[in-house]
Amino acid sequence: MAKKLHDTPMLDQLESGPWPSFVTGLKREAAKKDIMVDLLGQLETSYKTKKGYWKGGTVGVFGYGGGVIPRFTELKDENENPVFPDAAEFHTLRIQPPAGMHYDTATLRKFADIWDKYGSGLIGLHGQSGDIMMQGCTTANVQPAWEEINAMGFDMGGAGPALRTSMSCVGAARCEMSCFDEARALRTIINANIDDMHRPALPYKFKFKFSGCPNDCVNSIQRSDMATIGTWRDNIQVNEQQARDYMKGHGMDKLVNDVISKCPTRAITLRNKADAVSGDSISTVAVDDQHVMQIENHDCVRCMHCLNVMPGALLPGKDKGVTILVGGKSVLKIGATMGTVIIPFMKLESDEDFEKINEMSRNIIDFFAENALEHERTGEMIERIGLVNFLEGLDIDVDPNMINHPRANPYVRMDDWDEEVEKANERKAAA
Amino acid sequence: MAELRAPDECGVPDPMPFMHPTLRDNYGKWVFHSHPKPGVLYHRAENGAEVWTVKFGTARQLDGYTIRLLCDLADKHADGHMRFTARSNVEFMVTAESKIDPLIKELNSHGFPVGGTANSVSMISHTQGFLHCDIPGTDASGVVKALMDELHEEFIKCEMPNRVKLSTSCCEINCGGQADIAIIMQHTKPPKINHDLVANVCERPTVVARCPVAAIRPALVNGKPSLEVDEKKCICCGACFPPCPPMQINDPEHSKIAIWVGGKNSNARSKPTFHKLVASGLPNNLPRWPEVAAVVKKILSVYKADAQPWERMGDWIDRIGWPRFFEKTGLPFTKYHIDDWRGARTTLNASTHIRF
Repeated sequence: MAKKLHDTPMLDQLESGPWPSFVTGLKREAAKKDIMVDLLGQLETSYKTKKGYWKGGTVGVFGYGGGVIPRFTELKDENENPVFPDAAEFHTLRIQPPAGMHYDTATLRKFADIWDKYGSGLIGLHGQSGDIMMQGCTTANVQPAWEEINAMGFDMGGAGPALRTSMSCVGAARCEMSCFDEARALRTIINANIDDMHRPALPYKFKFKFSGCPNDCVNSIQRSDMATIGTWRDNIQVNEQQARDYMKGHGMDKLVNDVISKCPTRAITLRNKADAVSGDSISTVAVDDQHVMQIENHDCVRCMHCLNVMPGALLPGKDKGVTILVGGKSVLKIGATMGTVIIPFMKLESDEDFEKINEMSRNIIDFFAENALEHERTGEMIERIGLVNFLEGLDIDVDPNMINHPRANPYVRMDDWDEEVEKANERKAAA
Repeated sequence: MAELRAPDECGVPDPMPFMHPTLRDNYGKWVFHSHPKPGVLYHRAENGAEVWTVKFGTARQLDGYTIRLLCDLADKHADGHMRFTARSNVEFMVTAESKIDPLIKELNSHGFPVGGTANSVSMISHTQGFLHCDIPGTDASGVVKALMDELHEEFIKCEMPNRVKLSTSCCEINCGGQADIAIIMQHTKPPKINHDLVANVCERPTVVARCPVAAIRPALVNGKPSLEVDEKKCICCGACFPPCPPMQINDPEHSKIAIWVGGKNSNARSKPTFHKLVASGLPNNLPRWPEVAAVVKKILSVYKADAQPWERMGDWIDRIGWPRFFEKTGLPFTKYHIDDWRGARTTLNASTHIRF
């Protein structure tokens, strides 16, 4: 039994309504734990004053330099004593989940037990970078809680100027759009660079994210410094039975308005069977006895729209791989930037392929560590130095897939144009 | 120190031992999916193996009781496994169609909304707010709870033109991320500086370097080393606040809430887009933010009525144009909607493409 609850008239208003209430959850823990009674007291104060009352500090575990988010209350009385002393320390341990956030119930129960014993009982599943957030721990309890979590086979996540916890979509585990083994790629790269997560020494944060197809369900393009997104380079696969089923269920109107006319590059054509064209780059599927749908795969940009609308009827090709984009980030400091293409396509199937992406990832982190200014993200660094300097530093050849359009201004020195043409010809000959 | 245990630097756990056995056995072998009803997905593998996924919403901040309840339900209905989505929804996998309805019934009886699939308004991606952040302008879990109460029907039905992703962020750093509709704190006044504390708390060159518009410079104030802000240059972004808490940017009265629309990370149809500002100046009105909810619901209702099937918020606006977006939603268009940050001229209409 914990001490008496503080009055929380504002938070109480968040207990009604159909959506699950976090306040009800906090109160359940407060029935058992003083730390949560006082957490509710401080939170209610924030609701009244519209002010936050946490400050950071330095709390960690033995052997690591990051992964704990320290929180000390700043809500003090006239004698500098905490108004809510039992929640004066309310730290979070960031823990990396299994890739794809799969759990068995024994593991989740164990997390709940450990957090009953050492923490507030409140676990966030999950943070925006994908961490299990064990929230509400005193400084004294951080180390013993961590030792029990670590003994379960779980490791701490990233915080500060470090490699951060990564995310991958459900991918191969339950999605026909998956174009590579997302979990393997995530674990290969993150576990090879784990030292940079646990001992923050980079200019600023560095995030990897892994999406199995261009639907990009973990938002790698906007939220990661290096995005690995599945794609394919041969023809879209078709399944006539599924295509006919779609047509039967939806009709010609839907096929035309929802599928064909929404193709962004007008790569899809509906033809009478007799007028069907043939060619190596064309996917053809009959949708009824009169009509075929034909996709010119050279014009297709692998946007996923038609595959999403006609699941099973259209599937990614067989020659799968990944596109790699670098430099996505949020607002600070130059404004949000998207990742942009540095590798239009690479295979990611064999051990050698995974070794290759692992090596490239390491090289990108190294280049970032050596060339970024303090508190500068990869995207900002590339904006400052130019993409070409970044590519040359990593020994990656230029490729027209990296741009929307060529330079539209003449403000550049091109003394060695002829040498660059020579290189372009060599690349062409080697391809 | 000798008693402390050195960490086992084990890294990211292998998901295979945690994964539902049907997912594990058919890893990389799925060929078809469908959406039998809201909150339920069906997947089939090449060998004919089938799995149904039941998806439902949570508060994200889970107490021990809720975690154990989820475990009990997963043990009873879903072979003792579950997974979480990037938006904090939970997915239970079942291997027979007959298991779906009893599971949904029991989830609903415990207050878990089943939905969030396909053309629904999904759970709001959000941050920590007053609960745990050191620089929040407002709360996160509270905004989400209040809004999801309002949008509950749109979560459990799937009646939108396409999926709708929402996010909320308690400051302009925007940890909640890009979304079809994003709700983000917008400060409107320069930081109030506590000059007594700056010298002891802040590394001044770091703070100066952090400012996107070079509005901060070192200064002696009342004989103490401190910082001063050129308030004409200041864009009130709050970037100086994390490295220097005495530069108080949060203002209970003047920190407002802005609404942004049309962000999408998927490559489907159009390339990924960032969300754009459509409304601001909304009050930080805890605990239920009714003014924010009203604007979000207005935008959603117009989008729902007007967009074609499969058009995301941004696709829809691309078709109808921004003037009609403002007209249809009734939101006022102001000079603040015209960008003046770097690269802003590329956001201007350099054509005679105008809809009448």
